[in-house]
Amino acid sequence: MFQQLGHLPMGWLMLALLAMLASGAFFVGRVQAERFSGPAAARIHSRPNYHGYFVAMWTFVPALIVALGYGLMGESLVRSQLVSELPANFLKIPGVELGVYLDAVSRAAVHNDYTGADRVFAAITNRYLEIQGVVKLSAIGLALLGATVGFVLARRRIVPGFRARNRVEAGIELMLFLCAAIAIATTVGIIASLLYESLRFFAEIPFWDFLFGTRWNAQTSAEFGALPLFFGTFMIALIAMLIAAPVGLFAAIYLSEYAGPKVRGWVKPILEILAGIPTVVYGFFALLVVAPSIRSLAVWINTTLISSGLTSEPLLAAQPTSALAAGLVMGIMVIPFVSSLSDDVINAVPQTLRDAAYAMGATKSETVKHVVLPAALPGIIASLLLAVSRAIGETMIVVMAAGQRARISADPTADLTTITVQIVALLTGETEFDSPKTLSAFALGLVLFAVTLVFNLIALRVVQKYREKYD
Amino acid sequence: MTDVVQGPFRNEKALRRLKKRRAADVRFRTYGLSAIAFALLALSLLVASIGFQAVSAATYHVVRFDVVLDPQVIAPDGEDTPADISRNVDGFYSLLRSDLLETFPQAADDRLSRLRLGDLVTRLAVLPVARTVAENPTRIGRSMTITVPLNDDLDLYLKGAVSKDARVHIGEIASVSETTQNEVSLSGPSAFRGLEAMISTLRAEDGDAVDARSVLLTSGSSTGRVTHLETGAAHVTMLTGSADAFRGARPVARIIALPETERNVSDQQIAWTLALKEMGRISRVPHFSLLTNTDSTYPEIAGALAAIVGSLLTMLVTAFIAIPVGIFASIYLEEFAPRNRLTEIIEVNINNLAAVPSIVFGLLGAAVFLGFFGLPRSAPLVGGLVLALMTLPTIIIASRAALKSVPPSIRAAALGVGASKMQSVFHHVLPLAGPGILTGAILGMARALGETAPLLLIGMVAFVADVPSSPTDEATALPVLIFSWSTNAERAWEPMTAAVIVILLMFLVTMNGIVVLLRRRFERRW
Repeated sequence: MFQQLGHLPMGWLMLALLAMLASGAFFVGRVQAERFSGPAAARIHSRPNYHGYFVAMWTFVPALIVALGYGLMGESLVRSQLVSELPANFLKIPGVELGVYLDAVSRAAVHNDYTGADRVFAAITNRYLEIQGVVKLSAIGLALLGATVGFVLARRRIVPGFRARNRVEAGIELMLFLCAAIAIATTVGIIASLLYESLRFFAEIPFWDFLFGTRWNAQTSAEFGALPLFFGTFMIALIAMLIAAPVGLFAAIYLSEYAGPKVRGWVKPILEILAGIPTVVYGFFALLVVAPSIRSLAVWINTTLISSGLTSEPLLAAQPTSALAAGLVMGIMVIPFVSSLSDDVINAVPQTLRDAAYAMGATKSETVKHVVLPAALPGIIASLLLAVSRAIGETMIVVMAAGQRARISADPTADLTTITVQIVALLTGETEFDSPKTLSAFALGLVLFAVTLVFNLIALRVVQKYREKYD
Repeated sequence: MTDVVQGPFRNEKALRRLKKRRAADVRFRTYGLSAIAFALLALSLLVASIGFQAVSAATYHVVRFDVVLDPQVIAPDGEDTPADISRNVDGFYSLLRSDLLETFPQAADDRLSRLRLGDLVTRLAVLPVARTVAENPTRIGRSMTITVPLNDDLDLYLKGAVSKDARVHIGEIASVSETTQNEVSLSGPSAFRGLEAMISTLRAEDGDAVDARSVLLTSGSSTGRVTHLETGAAHVTMLTGSADAFRGARPVARIIALPETERNVSDQQIAWTLALKEMGRISRVPHFSLLTNTDSTYPEIAGALAAIVGSLLTMLVTAFIAIPVGIFASIYLEEFAPRNRLTEIIEVNINNLAAVPSIVFGLLGAAVFLGFFGLPRSAPLVGGLVLALMTLPTIIIASRAALKSVPPSIRAAALGVGASKMQSVFHHVLPLAGPGILTGAILGMARALGETAPLLLIGMVAFVADVPSSPTDEATALPVLIFSWSTNAERAWEPMTAAVIVILLMFLVTMNGIVVLLRRRFERRW
């Protein structure tokens, strides 16, 4: 019987159950409040609807908690029970393979289509379904129980003088607060998971070896010196900023100081398009157009130098993927981040400052250079910092156009690798959470998070201070 | 006019200085203009290069076969249930192969030629035909017209993407004499002058590399490869058709720019393809299968349907979580939060989260949702959760701005007629802020739709051949499909990837268009 129950579509069932419980409870509460009569009815505090909401709230919330708990923990509960029942020889299987095996079991169980000859597998699949049936049934039972208890308790409180509206509003306010707190929970989750996995990594690999080691070879041998990755990240971000900082800044200056409203109205949205294009598209562009052109340019420079006798060996590496290609395209991507924020801060500089400069006989460019830019400098620096943080954390462009080789090379046409490229390389495909290889990705992630956090915090603080100054 | 007013600012030195300052002003302005020009140029280059590639994938070549659905082949005894027929790819494929062998009987002689001939269409391309026949068993035994995509390399060749052929019209061939079985000698007094001239032009450009290139002579559906060219005569190895087709004809010569060893299509295959095209059996049609097929290892039958559905499911999960939570959080922060330390921390925190690299959210998903909670890998559910956490700050910031723009007089009026704080917010402020919140939500969703990196870390990069039907099935998403196709080695994937990018960009343009419309329609100044 439990096997059949294992096929229950829990998602839809729980949704329907929650909806039914809530609406039923609402009507019960409302009808009860509508029937108030006698002398007490004159003291009614809240309208009947609020009594309905109150009962519905107390019925819905316990059931919702059970449903969410089942949704998040149900599968792992079933699996851990199944693993504890497996025959002893299964326990020798390494974690990843067991996970893959269990994935196959759950897939076969869900589709109910296993027709092969492996009797053990079939038996495990059946047992999996049974356990799942039990868990599902108890989740539904628990949800109903919670709902009933809440319903009964709430109904008993409905009397004419009951301040149902205040209670409901307090409940809604709590919900609003919890939603806002999810942002905190996300940060805590990020920091906790990164720290936890990184500490496990540093228990095996010394911290300083990771930070200052110069050999990175996580895929094949266990060499975890991340310095080449930091170098690659720095190099590509530098190239990107060499493009984005002048272009973005000058574009912002032109748009805010020189351009008429019509030009501004056209150019600004077009620049914003650059920020809206998915990064994977930039990556494809880098791979398809930019990297090959840079390679042929590098080859041309090599042959020209050799034929003119200036060098005897090729000067540039001229790889098919290169730091320059990735950096160039990333620079284009980052332009709007610089230009739009700089534009905002330049616009926020009070007109009186400009007028004063013009009155002294300054030309427009002198006004910009000596008055507007110094006044807007903190904001501009903040926008550059945010852009750097964006460039460091950018993933798809470098994954597609920077390469996989960890090395320290100042040649921009050589392929370099970055922190984000290695995180993707380490965590794509089947991963086991116990090997240093996987854990190193979290250590890299921690470094990435810490660095970008520092940049962001400084930038946000500067922007805030700056806004206060001219507001 | 000669008497210049003298003074400290009017002397020659000062005027020179002024000129210099004005020149600096012009220069500065030019820098600004060129910065904008650079950005616009980069954008148009990006759009143009992708659009150009995508256009070539908008159509593709299909081959038509008129075959009899022989029950012995497609539904032999014991394997004739609909399920068996729909799986009988080999049977259907052998129908097509024998049809090709009938068309080109010379290829039947050796095994390699038979294989090469079979390569004109992919084995798996007959799968939809097999399914159609399995659904309509009455068709078995009758004749049927089957159109299947041409091999991707030949498709690219016909589109001119493999090599730019130089075409030369040959003069009238006066006589044809067969030397050995397949070797033919064609002669005509001035027939090959154009060809010789073209070859010497090419030799002047590229040197002796010309000698490695194939020269194919085509007349009707017969094609031969030139082995030796002399004044007024050419020795030709016949590839398809008969040498008689050249007698008295004016054939066309193609000099294929890449030597045979450097391309994936052989001269023989090109000859067959040209012959089929001459017979009218190859036609160029719109590439709808890009939207209706699922992923495949063969570019000619691959499509983005599974990824589109996967993206939609992921977005559904994201929208269900991020939009309500984002709106509620912004209402709390804007309307209810007391000004204290905790609120301040939440605010700083949200601004920070908006700038955290997206890949960090992928790490969070991998560690917490996959590792800790044990949710299924590669599922839109997990992808949606991760993207929801990622877009949440964006939506909160936009919603707060929308709520802030509702003037306090609205709140005061509601409170003044006896509404509670909660009623004033939900009955009055929220509806007025609605359009602004909606635009913020759509922009957040557009960002989530284009996001790739977090999805890679939670395993949505797996090869998915089936259309996912629920958020817990294995799935992939459009941007991830773009990534995995772009890393494939075969040339044919490039235009296909560009075409998928165009599909993704169309979704994004639509979402942004809705935002613009909403702003136009509902923007209100208080």
